[in-house]
Amino acid sequence: MYRSHVLVCGGTGCTSSNSPAIIEALEREIAKNGLQDEIKVIRTGCFGLCALGPIMVVYPEGAFYSQVKVDDIPEIVEEHFLKGRVVTRLLYDETVDGDSIKSLNETNFYKKQHRVALRNCGVIDPEDINEYIAKDGYQALAKCLKELTPKQVVQIVSDSGLRGRGGGGFPTGRKWSFTAANEADQKYVVCNADEGDPGAFMDRSVLEGDPHCIVEAMAICGYATGATEGYVYVRAEYPIAVQRLKKAIEQAREHGLLGKDIFGSGFDFDLHVRLGAGAFVCGEETALMTSIEGNRGEPRPRPPYPAVKGLFAKPTTENNVETFANIPQIILNGAEWFASMGTEKSKGTKVFALGGKIKNTGLVEIPMGTTLREIIEEIGGGVPNGKKFKAAQTGGPSGGCIPASLMDTPIDYDNLTAIGCMMGSGGLIVMDEDNCMVDIAKFFLNFTVDESCGKCTPCRVGTKRLLEMLDKITSGKGTLEDIDKLEELCYYIKDNSLCGLGQTAPNPVLATLKFFREEYVAHVVDKKCAAGVCKDLLTFKIVKDSCFGCGMCARQCPAEAIKVTDYVAPGKKKPAYNIDSDKCVKCGACLSTCKFKAIVKE
Amino acid sequence: MKTLEELLAIKSVTKKTMLVREDIGDDKIKIVVGMGTCGIAAGARDVLNAFVDGVAEKELTNVAVTQMGCIDMCKYEPIVEVTVPGKEKVTYVNMTAEKAAKVIEEHIAGGEPVSEYIK
Repeated sequence: MYRSHVLVCGGTGCTSSNSPAIIEALEREIAKNGLQDEIKVIRTGCFGLCALGPIMVVYPEGAFYSQVKVDDIPEIVEEHFLKGRVVTRLLYDETVDGDSIKSLNETNFYKKQHRVALRNCGVIDPEDINEYIAKDGYQALAKCLKELTPKQVVQIVSDSGLRGRGGGGFPTGRKWSFTAANEADQKYVVCNADEGDPGAFMDRSVLEGDPHCIVEAMAICGYATGATEGYVYVRAEYPIAVQRLKKAIEQAREHGLLGKDIFGSGFDFDLHVRLGAGAFVCGEETALMTSIEGNRGEPRPRPPYPAVKGLFAKPTTENNVETFANIPQIILNGAEWFASMGTEKSKGTKVFALGGKIKNTGLVEIPMGTTLREIIEEIGGGVPNGKKFKAAQTGGPSGGCIPASLMDTPIDYDNLTAIGCMMGSGGLIVMDEDNCMVDIAKFFLNFTVDESCGKCTPCRVGTKRLLEMLDKITSGKGTLEDIDKLEELCYYIKDNSLCGLGQTAPNPVLATLKFFREEYVAHVVDKKCAAGVCKDLLTFKIVKDSCFGCGMCARQCPAEAIKVTDYVAPGKKKPAYNIDSDKCVKCGACLSTCKFKAIVKE
Repeated sequence: MKTLEELLAIKSVTKKTMLVREDIGDDKIKIVVGMGTCGIAAGARDVLNAFVDGVAEKELTNVAVTQMGCIDMCKYEPIVEVTVPGKEKVTYVNMTAEKAAKVIEEHIAGGEPVSEYIK
C-alpha cells in the first residue's frame, strides 16, 4: 500500500515545460531514499492551470507544487516525502494559508469551476483502465446494456438538453434519434477530435486526461443508434492524445468492454483511430468523413445529412469529444441532474481554453450562464500588467468577439448568437488595449485563406479578397467605401459557401466591425492604429529634448535609420539622435533599448 | 467482461488504492506521524508504514495518514498524533509497528484510546 501518491501533469502543456524530466528525477530520488514502496508517482492528464506548469500534486496532503524544476526535486523528496515537511516556498502561493495548505478547490481558479467533462483530468492515471473504473467508469455502459433500451438511452440524452459542444450547438439527443430511426445493415459512430481552432485545446486535454470516457461514450452511442463500429478522427499533431487513446482502446478490448457480446448483452462494438493531417476543414463533419474514407478532405453538400448517408454512405452519428465526455455522467446521474445545470436552453457546463492576455492561462469548465466577467476576472485572474480588458475572442476563426461592454452577458449558445457572436468550440482569447481589432480580424482571415479547401468559389476567392481588403485598410490605403464593401462581401460569403468553414469565415470581420467600427474608421480616415500594431500606420520618433545621445538605439537599428544630429538638448552633454522615417522598418528594436524612454511610437 | 459484478470488483479493489487522493476533510480521522530526523532515527518510518498498511487492511475509508516534522519532544519519538473529529487530540509516544497495530484496532476502529502508550 502506497502511503503517498504524487500526481504529475503529463498533458501537452506540462510535457512541453519538461514534466517528463520531473517524473524521471522523482523516481530517481525516491529510489535513492528507499521510498519506492511507499510513494507512487502517477502521470495524469491536464489539471487546467497550464500557466503554472509543470504541476505536481502530492497526496494525502494535497500539496500543489507549481512551476516545478528538476533541481527542486531532491529537496521535495527529502523534506516532504521523507520528513513530512511540505516545501511551502515551492507551493502555488494561493494554496498557502499561513502554516496550513488550502485545498486546490478553494483557490480562485478552481472554486467557480464545475467539472463534468474534465472530472477525471488530473485526477486519474489515464493509461490505467482500473483507475477509470474506480471512478465509476464503464458503469454507464453496463447500465445501458443491462437496463435500458436504445430508445430509452436516446430519450435520456434528449431530456438532458445536451447540445453539441463542437460549436454548432445542435441537440445531441435529436442527432442520435435521426440515426437510430434509419434502418441499415451497418451504421457508424464518429468522434470529431480534429480540434483546429488556434488557441483551443479542450478536446486534446480530455483525450489526454480521460480517454476511456470517450471510448465508453462512443459505445453507448453505438448501442443507442444501432451502430457497431466507431471511428475517432484525431489530429496527428496530438501525439500524446493519440497514444493514450490507442492504449485505452487496447485495454478496453482486453477487458471485453469493446468487441463482441459486451457485458453478455449480445451488443458488439469496436473502435478505430484515424489521424488527420492537420487540415482545418476536416473538422467540418462531411469533410471529416470524406477524409476517413481515404479521400481528400473536402466537404460535401448537405442534405443528405450524415444521419442518412454519412461515413461510407451509411447512417452515421458524429459528435465532438467534449459532447461525448458528458454522456457517461448523464446516463449515471440522470437527465434531470444534467438539466439542473446551466441556463434555460443551454444545459450543463462548457470547457473553455483560456489564452491571450490573461494571468491564469489554462483550461476551465464552468456551468453555462457564467458571465465573461467571472471567467476573466475571477477564474482567469484578470488581464496582466495593469492593462485594460478590451474584448474576448470566442470560437476562433469561425467566431466573433465579446467587447468589454458586454462582459456581464451570461455565456450560453443563444445569448452569444444574440449579440452576434458564437460559442464556438471553446477557445477564449483575451485581448487588451494593445490589440488592434482590425489586425485580429486579419489574423483569422489569414488562417481561413490558408485553410479553405478550395472546393467552392465564395470561400476560396471570397476570403482571399477579404484579406486583401483588410491588408489595404491596415496599410493605410483604405477608404470608407472599402469598409462598406468589406461588410457586403462578408454577407455574400456567409450566404453562398458550401460548408461551415466558409459560412463562418467572415465572422471575425463582422464581429469586429459591429463592436469596433470606429477602429476601422480610424485606420482609413485618420490613418492611425490606436493600439500601435499596424506597422504601416506607425511612426517611431525620438523626443530630442529627452535624448541623452548614448547611441544605443543607433547600434540596435537593423536598417541604419538612426543617425546623430547636431542638436544638444538643454542639460545634456551629447547631441541627440534622429530616426529617418523613410529608412525605418518599424521593427521596434530601438524602443526597447532606450533607457530614457526618449523614443515614442505614434 | 460479461457481468456487472466483474466491473464492480475491479472498482472496489482499485478505489481502495486511490483513497489517499481524497481531500482530507474535517470529517476524517487524522493520524499524523512525526518524521523529523529524530523520529526517523527512532524508527518512525516503520511506524508510518504500519499505520498505512493497517488502515488499508482494515478497509477504514475515513482515515488519513500523514506526516509532520519534529515537535521538540525528541526523546519520546516516534510520536504519533491521532485526532478523531469532535474529540481531543491524543498523542502516542515511543511508538513501534506493533503498537501501531493495537492503536488501529482499539482507537481508530474501536474508538477507545490506548492509554498505556500515552505520555
